[in-house]
Amino acid sequence: MLKSRDLTYQYPGSKALAFPDISVKAGEALLICGESGCGKTTLLHLLAGLRKPGSGQIFIDDALFSEMTSAQTDQYRGRHIGMVYQQSYFIESLSIIDNLLLSPYAGDRSKTMSIANRLDINDLMRRRPSQLSIGQQQRASIARAIMSSPRLILADEPTSALDNRNCLQVLNLLKEEALSNNAALVIVTHDDRLRDHISSQVNLEPVN
Amino acid sequence: MLPKIAWKNLIHKPLNTALCVSLLMFGVGIISVLLLMQHQLEQKFERDLRDIDLVVGAKGSPLQLVLSAVYHLDAPTGNIKLAEARKVMDNPIVEEAIPLAYGDSYQGYRILGTTPDYLEKYNAELRDGRLFSKSMEATLGAAIVERTGLQVGDTFLGTHGDVREGHVHEEHPYTVVGVLKSTNSVLDQLVLTNIESVWDVHAVHGDEDDHDHEGDHDHDHDHEGDHDHDHEGDHDHDHEGDHDHDHEGDHDHSDATVDRDSMEITALLLKYKSRMTMLNIPRIINDQTNMQAVLPGLEINRLFYMLGVGATTLKLIAGGIMAMAGFSVFFVLYNRLRERKHELALMRSVGYRPGHLFGLLLFEGLLLAVFGYLLGWLLSRLGIYFINRQAESDFNLQFGWGWVPGEWWLLLLTFLVGIISALLPAWRAMRMDVSKILSDN
Repeated sequence: MLKSRDLTYQYPGSKALAFPDISVKAGEALLICGESGCGKTTLLHLLAGLRKPGSGQIFIDDALFSEMTSAQTDQYRGRHIGMVYQQSYFIESLSIIDNLLLSPYAGDRSKTMSIANRLDINDLMRRRPSQLSIGQQQRASIARAIMSSPRLILADEPTSALDNRNCLQVLNLLKEEALSNNAALVIVTHDDRLRDHISSQVNLEPVN
Repeated sequence: MLPKIAWKNLIHKPLNTALCVSLLMFGVGIISVLLLMQHQLEQKFERDLRDIDLVVGAKGSPLQLVLSAVYHLDAPTGNIKLAEARKVMDNPIVEEAIPLAYGDSYQGYRILGTTPDYLEKYNAELRDGRLFSKSMEATLGAAIVERTGLQVGDTFLGTHGDVREGHVHEEHPYTVVGVLKSTNSVLDQLVLTNIESVWDVHAVHGDEDDHDHEGDHDHDHDHEGDHDHDHEGDHDHDHEGDHDHDHEGDHDHSDATVDRDSMEITALLLKYKSRMTMLNIPRIINDQTNMQAVLPGLEINRLFYMLGVGATTLKLIAGGIMAMAGFSVFFVLYNRLRERKHELALMRSVGYRPGHLFGLLLFEGLLLAVFGYLLGWLLSRLGIYFINRQAESDFNLQFGWGWVPGEWWLLLLTFLVGIISALLPAWRAMRMDVSKILSDN
């Protein structure tokens, strides 16, 4: 479903980052591990089309994602990619339910309720994001990520800020939701707690 | 979703929003009141001017003469001799000459002695009764009837001068013979009668006896009940006190035949057959007679120029407030941009295009402008309401609430202030580095 080949990226004034090729199929999960500063988030943003690679290609469903125009990329990301971040970003002035409906490609309200039920946040829908605990916020951002029934879920350190109990809960939710949407799941993390739970792993080498 | 985000964001920070909106409100409110008053005053002055080419009256301030004779707003400059006026009226280039005579008022409304031509000039129509035809008959303007409740057949007494508490001419009651429909002109505020009535009340008409005009007139006439016109009684007028009615002692009524030309009127409204000759006549009148001739349009332009200086100052102040409002919209949106950068980056990551963010911020600026405008509009109408309460009692003047053409420009200006102030923040939102913002934890 998702494949990358010879990806590199160079920030101005620093050494070029070269990434190992990755490949993940629909319904499967891939863990990309590495220490801070090795370019995990950069790789994830390349995969999400938030940055353009310096060289190399990204294929999604055999389409050359990395060569799409920025408008096509934005549209594709909105429609087919769900993103989860380490910090839960929300529109602070909107209630949780409106945050779930934020994307122009999000489903309707009935879908919100069924997802909220599955993620056990249905009591929180009328609340403001700041009124939720960190674990609740992370569940709400997973809910938002799957609102558009994505084909690919990209998660950036989704568990780093969570305690063990919440960590496992969030990981399981991500895996379950990816499976039920038949979506590919890519998690980048330095959180070693996840290594035992996802077999398919890629390690990024630290940059010197 | 975008309008909802814009709206929620504005009410999420109510103080920021209140600051922007209230500054816009005051700017819009002040400018709106000025526009309303200026437009309506100009319209009213234009409408009441009709086709009066020249105003002739006693020497004095030309503006005062126009204000008193055309708009009935100021005191008259004095009286002129009918004989002298007659020379101007009989000039062949004059198409129409309407004499005006005043002196009295009823409950603050002027009693104007004139001819039916005057009513025709303002396209007056009768609602009730008929036009005045004899002395001491009065036809009332619509506003007076509304306010005083006088009806056809009623009688009332004039008060000397313009003041409500002046001397009352108790011996000379007027009879209401007609009521006019509203014409939205000065007629609405006038008690109309013929010139003879004014002369009668002030007792110079038809008297052939030797008047004892000593000192100033008080019009405290001692008519001893027999002020009939049998020309026999011994009218011992006891003029004293401080009334200045320009009768200054030169009444020569000793002739057996009364020459009306020795009577006085207050002013003369002229219309020429052709405007070509207009420039000469005033000069001749001003140079060769005791009267002055004034081009009313010129004086009114001068008045508006003078009023305009004050209005311009106020407009500059209001413009300054608008500019500050624009800056506050800019600062609020720009500052919020820093707090909201993660939200905006998030929006990009869920599929919004840079153009959407640009539009969102512009829309927020526009929303502030819309609310500022609406509240400013309300404020201006509230202002007009209070100005009306004052103006009604002081000048018999009422401003309408209606939309005036200049307000379209004000609306456009307000929207532009909102949009232009939001341009830079919107540009920044559009150009931000989403990936960088989402990666700094």
